[in-house]
Formats: sequence, structure tokens, C-alpha cells
Amino acid sequence: MTVAESAGVELQMQIDEQRLERRRKIRTIATPLATVALLLLCWQFGVRIFEVPKYIAPAPSDVATTFVDKFPILLENFWPTFYESVLGFMAGNLAAILIAITFVHNKTVEMAFFPIAVFINTIPILAIAPILVLIFGAGLTAKVVIAGLICFFPTLVNMVRGLQSVSDQSLELARILSATKTEIFWKIRLPSSLPFLFSALKIAATTCVIGAIVGEWVGADVGLGALIIDSTFNFRSSLLYATVFMSSGLSVFLFVVVSIAERLIVRW
Amino acid sequence: MDTAHAHETFATGSVPVAASLRNAFVKFGAFTAIENLSLDVEKGSFYTILGPSGCGKSTLLRLISDLVPAASGDVSILGKSTEEARLAREFAFVFQDAALLPWRTALQNVELPLEMGRKRGVKIPVSDKSPTELLELVGLKGREHALPHELSGGMRQRVAIARALVCKPKLLLMDEPFGALDEMTRDRLNLQLLQIWEETGVTILFVTHSIPEAVFLGQKVLMLQAHPGRLREVVDINLPYPREIKIRDTQEFTQYASYLRELLETC
Repeated sequence: MTVAESAGVELQMQIDEQRLERRRKIRTIATPLATVALLLLCWQFGVRIFEVPKYIAPAPSDVATTFVDKFPILLENFWPTFYESVLGFMAGNLAAILIAITFVHNKTVEMAFFPIAVFINTIPILAIAPILVLIFGAGLTAKVVIAGLICFFPTLVNMVRGLQSVSDQSLELARILSATKTEIFWKIRLPSSLPFLFSALKIAATTCVIGAIVGEWVGADVGLGALIIDSTFNFRSSLLYATVFMSSGLSVFLFVVVSIAERLIVRW
Repeated sequence: MDTAHAHETFATGSVPVAASLRNAFVKFGAFTAIENLSLDVEKGSFYTILGPSGCGKSTLLRLISDLVPAASGDVSILGKSTEEARLAREFAFVFQDAALLPWRTALQNVELPLEMGRKRGVKIPVSDKSPTELLELVGLKGREHALPHELSGGMRQRVAIARALVCKPKLLLMDEPFGALDEMTRDRLNLQLLQIWEETGVTILFVTHSIPEAVFLGQKVLMLQAHPGRLREVVDINLPYPREIKIRDTQEFTQYASYLRELLETC
């Protein structure tokens, strides 16, 4: 075999390799998509064959039609929930991060307040939501607080773990370099905690939407939660399904945003 | 004398001393990690430290580097207390695992010591070599912007060595730096370390578990014994530098190694 020939063979092998890689990628995307399509088909025909009334279980095609027809209403109710979720996400996580930092630097504060944090976390969000609506009124604030509260605990626990995840040798190195506590915090502890923080933020990205919707159930006339209650009581099942779809779309959107941010920031 | 070739001509009498311990004790509660240790480390020398586990090898380095306090006795580095020496960046430490910050590139890891300690009054000494040049010195040219997870174990340890050299320390404390590496990588790094030692004239204290490594690198081997940690014997290794890997096949080398092995068994 000449050099050119062997180079040709190598190139061919590389192309084959790439083709195989692409096929593998397509498979990982196509398999779940096909499953979803199949389940939707089962649903569509199941509802038609067994003649299930539309107000009990609408067919996917009905939901799709409603989604398109009622899109302005859906969007109108989407934005309030979006704001409540995002504001709650920011408030809850910021509070959790700051408290985690205090816990790590002051054991007494941790001993004093950690049990309270655990206690608050054990109260079902559905039980505490009416209390918060009573305190903050039926406006935006109550929903933001509920959304924030639901984000708070996972982030607190993960952030504390993250800030403590620094290896002993890194701390010894810092000591040999005569680093101050502030330097250790900014240059070692905080970056170390980021992978842990992002795991928590990914949980929070979906739970904050749950918090906002639960808040709207208790008292609101706008928002996806209000729309869910409204369409349930009026037997507008297609609209109910479309709203549920919209809510999960919001969660997925926030999750994707956090995941992209994670990929850009945590590159190690 | 600061030049590297002073290594072979050991002067007797008043040699400049890099580190000096006088009747030093280290205690952790009721446990005595180091008992009554006295030692002078000549400037520019290369000492290796051997001993069974629990003999206080690592504690000795941590005592010198001001990480653990002496319960009694004196420790001085170039005539300064350990704290003064730490603030003057007289020594640097290389850990068993490289202890690199995973979010920093190789270059940024080497630069870390330049960014820390100012607020505590450290006057950061400037090395005559830039961080980039130091990475070149340890054979990592072209990998400056790689993150630690993109580097092999040996490369990570080289970055750690470059980081240790960035403040131009007079004393380099190494705690089993090559212990987790495979044999070939270890050999290569041993040779490179000797080269760096010759070029920079830095004093090195090197803890190891490996008898061949201790003999291959050191001018002297300090044998410590356990329970409590004590200096058992200082063995001079009279093999010429520069040393090559094949020196290990010589009879003298084997004699040193077997002598140390027998000594270690009684420690």
C-alpha cells in the first residue's frame, strides 16, 4: 500500500467513524421522540374508540386546536406566572446562597437556624400558601414568596455542601500562601461551590413554577394557576390541558436557561 | 553558595543552613507525632525523607511550613521563624495530589500564589522566570490554557511544581509528590526535578515511600522511625550528579537501597 492509499483508508475510516457518531446521536434523539409520538397516537385513538367525553379527556388534537385558538389567553396568563416564577427563583436562591455563606462562616448561626430551615421545609407548600396569601395579600408578592420558599431549601443544603467541598490540601495551600478568609472565599470556596449550586438551581428552575402556580390557586385572577382552576370548574378540559402544557413548557424553558448558564460557567 | 554545582562539595563547619530544627516536638493532643528532632538542612541540598507510615514524615514538612505548630523546641528557616518565612515566601509546598484549582487553567494555577497574601503583608517575591516560562521549564509549553481535567496526573504535578517555583522559594517541601504516578512518569519527573534543582539551586526536602526514589534523588536520606516519630539515621548517598536512570543498575545504588531497606525494617 502506498502512503497516499493508506492516507485514503485512514480518511475513509474517519468518515465512517463520523457517520457512526452522527447515527448514534440521531438515535438518542429519535427514540424518545418516537415514543412520545406513539403514546400520543394511543391517546388519540383510545379516546375516539372508547368515546370518552371531551370534558373528561380531550384528544391530543383537541388540545392542540385549543392551544392554537386560545393562545392569546394562554399568553396573557403566562406572563404573570413567568414573572412570579423568575422573581421567586431569584429571591429564594439569593436568600439561600447568602444564608449558606453565613452558615459556613459561623457555626453558631448554623446551629441556631438550620433546624428552623428544616422545619419550614417540612411544611407542605399547599398548607403554607394560604398563610402567605393572608399575610402578603392576593398580589404578586405572595406568589413570589411561595415560589421563593420552594426553591430555598435545596439550594441552601447544596450551597453549604458546595462551600465545604474544598479539599484539605487546597486549604493548606491557601494557608502557606498566607491567604485571608476573603481571598479563600472568592478564589477557592465560591468557585468550588458552583457545581453544587447549579445542581440546586436546576431543581429550583422547575419547582419555582410549581410555587407560583400553587400561589395562584389560593388567590389570583390571572396566571396559569388561575386559568387551571377556572377551566377545571368550567369543564373546559381542552383549555385545562393546554394550560398544563404551557406550565410545563415554562418549567422546561427555565431549566434549559439554567443548564445553558451552567455549561457556560462550570467548564471544569 | 547558591550555585547548583556546590552540591557535590560538601563543606564542613559553617555551611549556610536553609532549615534548622532544635529539639522539636509536635503533639496532637496526647499523641506525639515528632519527638525531639534536631536537624540542619544545608542550603542548596537535596534531602529525601523515608520512614514507615506514622513516623511523622508529612508532619515534619508541615512543621517546617508553619502548618502545624511545634509543641516545644525551635524551628527556623534561613534564620527566620516559620511564620516570618511563610510571610516572606521563603518556602513552597508540593502536595501528593497536585491540589490544582479545577476551574483555573494551568497558567492561572501557576499564577495563584501571586494573587494571594498581600493583605496579610506578604511582599510577593518576583521570580526571574514568568509563569509561562516556568510552565516551559517543567515541559508544559503549549498546554498553558488547558484545564487540570484535560491534563494527565504527571502533567498536573508539573503544574504544581511550576506553581511552587513562581515565588522563587529557597526551600521546596515536597510531600510524596510522585506517589500516585506510574513508574515511567515518575522516572521522567525525577530526572526533571533534579534538573530544576541544579538550575535553580533551591533546597529540597522530599518525602517518599519509595526507597529507589529516595536514593536516586537525594544527597542524604533521612530515615525516620515511628511511634514516636524520631530521626533514626541520616544516610549520605555518595553518588555523583547529574544522575541518570541507569545509575540504579550500579552496585553502589543497590547497596544503598538494600541498606535502607534493612534499616526501614527495624524502624
